[in-house]
Amino acid sequence: MNSRLTSIIRKEFIQIFRDMRTLVMILVIPIMQLFLLGYSATSDVRNIPLAVLDRSRSHESRALLDSYRAADYFRIAYMVTSESEIDALISAGDARAAIIIPPDYARRLNDGDAQVAFIVDGSDPTSASTALSAAQLISQSHATGILSRRLESSGLNLQVRPPVEARTTVWYNPDMISAHFMIPGVIGMILYAIAAILTATSIVREREHGTIEQLIVTPIRPWELIVGKLTPYVILGFFNTIEVLAVGHWWFGMPIRGDLGLILILSIVFLVTGLGIGLFASTIANTQQEAMLTVWMTLLPSIFLSGFFFPLEAMPRFLQWLSYLMPLRYYLVIIRALLLKGVGLEMIRTDVLAMTLFAVGIMTAAALRFRKRLD
Amino acid sequence: MNPLIQASHMRKSFGDLVAVDDVSLFVQAGEIYGLVGADGAGKTTTVRLLVGALKADAGEVNICGYDINRQTEAARSQFGYLSQRFSMYEDLTVLENIRFFAEVRGLGPDEWLPRSLEILEFVGLSDFKDRRAGQLSGGMKQKLGLASALVARPRVLLLDEPTTGVDPVTRQDFWQLVIKLVSPSATLALSGTSGASADEAGVSVIISTPYMDEASRCHRVGFMKAGRIIAEDTPSNLRARLNGRVLELRGSPIGLLRHVAHKDEDVEDVQAFGDRLHIRVREKKAQDVLSRLKSQIGGEGGQVDELRSVPPVLEDVFIALSESNHE
Repeated sequence: MNSRLTSIIRKEFIQIFRDMRTLVMILVIPIMQLFLLGYSATSDVRNIPLAVLDRSRSHESRALLDSYRAADYFRIAYMVTSESEIDALISAGDARAAIIIPPDYARRLNDGDAQVAFIVDGSDPTSASTALSAAQLISQSHATGILSRRLESSGLNLQVRPPVEARTTVWYNPDMISAHFMIPGVIGMILYAIAAILTATSIVREREHGTIEQLIVTPIRPWELIVGKLTPYVILGFFNTIEVLAVGHWWFGMPIRGDLGLILILSIVFLVTGLGIGLFASTIANTQQEAMLTVWMTLLPSIFLSGFFFPLEAMPRFLQWLSYLMPLRYYLVIIRALLLKGVGLEMIRTDVLAMTLFAVGIMTAAALRFRKRLD
Repeated sequence: MNPLIQASHMRKSFGDLVAVDDVSLFVQAGEIYGLVGADGAGKTTTVRLLVGALKADAGEVNICGYDINRQTEAARSQFGYLSQRFSMYEDLTVLENIRFFAEVRGLGPDEWLPRSLEILEFVGLSDFKDRRAGQLSGGMKQKLGLASALVARPRVLLLDEPTTGVDPVTRQDFWQLVIKLVSPSATLALSGTSGASADEAGVSVIISTPYMDEASRCHRVGFMKAGRIIAEDTPSNLRARLNGRVLELRGSPIGLLRHVAHKDEDVEDVQAFGDRLHIRVREKKAQDVLSRLKSQIGGEGGQVDELRSVPPVLEDVFIALSESNHE
């Protein structure tokens, strides 16, 4: 192998292993992000704290509350005696929802027109909508139960059953665990951010420290310098991918259904995009801070417009178009399909093609901008 | 024999500022060429154009027969370069730095270690080979820079203010190393263990410096001003330009002496050299000034201990050149 190339790679590795900041970034940050996002960025709403004002205090009202207890959407956190208490609890955020059972609940239940009030804190739309639909579901099934029991006791031997029932089956992520959806995204984000930031800062640092001047006047060819500088980060990015996959799989129970080899190969293709962005940023920035900032400026739209957190289908048409410019979008489709659905290459051909074109395009543009000179 | 460094009509501007303006340079094997001039005269830009770290707007640079712009890598494997700013890797050890620059300049796996140790011995850094470069003193850093520039046995050495900010003892050491390099018997640094002597005539050195004592050690000196080389010659020929035109004056009070000397119409310039003044006079006027200055000073109440014609030093020449308007 080319000795100039190997000596650049060796030098770069020595520097990486001697720099605490870089080491922490490589080893700790991916795992930290994985845990943060795996646990926090979840839309699974469980155990919503519920305040209960039971003015009926009857056998019937307790039966209703039992239905709420049985479903794990709610946790009866407070039993209160006045509406003003509910007000205070929801304002303080201690309760996210409240249920008020009127004094005449039991009587009107027998008349068949009982009502309960259900109050939801709508400031967090995700948990509010879950709470709302859960409350409706619980009330309905409770009502159906009462109805069928009543019909039975009245001697009518009818099977009460809704005329239509949607039998739902969830594929690929049957328990709809958000972490399984998030982890592939985290892999994508880490590959992109780490590769881009490390590449950009490692090149800009040479400029800041003045070492670039000595590097420039060596007989190293520009392509050798680029390849030599990037190779260590390809290797580290590869290591990061495996690290995040392993933790995702064994800790968060995320399935790896597709071909692992294919997953790794396509991850490296995506990594090239991040390296290209980093190389490009290094041709613009003069200081490491500028380089970081430049990378962040590309990272934020990538995260929001790639379907990482928010489904692309829900976005305005304009943003959907914009999302086609985000290489991360294609990688997320690919990695989620490979990990969760276990599909083969033929099912994700278009996305693989688009991602590869972006990788090659960005890297080429960056390499053309890269000058082995001071001016 | 062709000069190892041939640069003709180099020109470089940064925006409106013309940093290097039609500079040509030719340096032979075994020759130390000094590039002197004030800060901002264009020395560093000139050296950077020679090594191709900057691209000239116009002009040609040829190192050992290779065009720096068209045969960049071939040209670059011929020279060693020490930049003004320390540009070794501070987080690498001395030996790791040397190894890196040895390998990227083409030394093989069996070659780099003996050669690196040899060059570290040559510059006197053997005992520090495992120390991080960032923890070296200023002088040792410059020696490391020199060792890195020399490790691949270059035929051309370009040194940009290598001794600025370095203590006098280290400066002295440094110059001894450079002088050893250019002498034909400097087989140690040149041929090394491989036995394949790069050039029995010695290397070419370009060194830029703000120090006149260093300039006087060069075989030839180019004086830069406003991006141009306005004078180029051997130090003795340069000094000869002012032969008989420099007077040395000792006496007191020094302020009065300076004042009186300045008033004389045949005096071009007065410079303080420690406790004495160097007075530069118009051509052929030395005798006139010598004869009248003493009495003038006496008339003003000053005292003259000594007034005599002295051989000019390079500093006199450069001050004269700096003030001259001829372009």
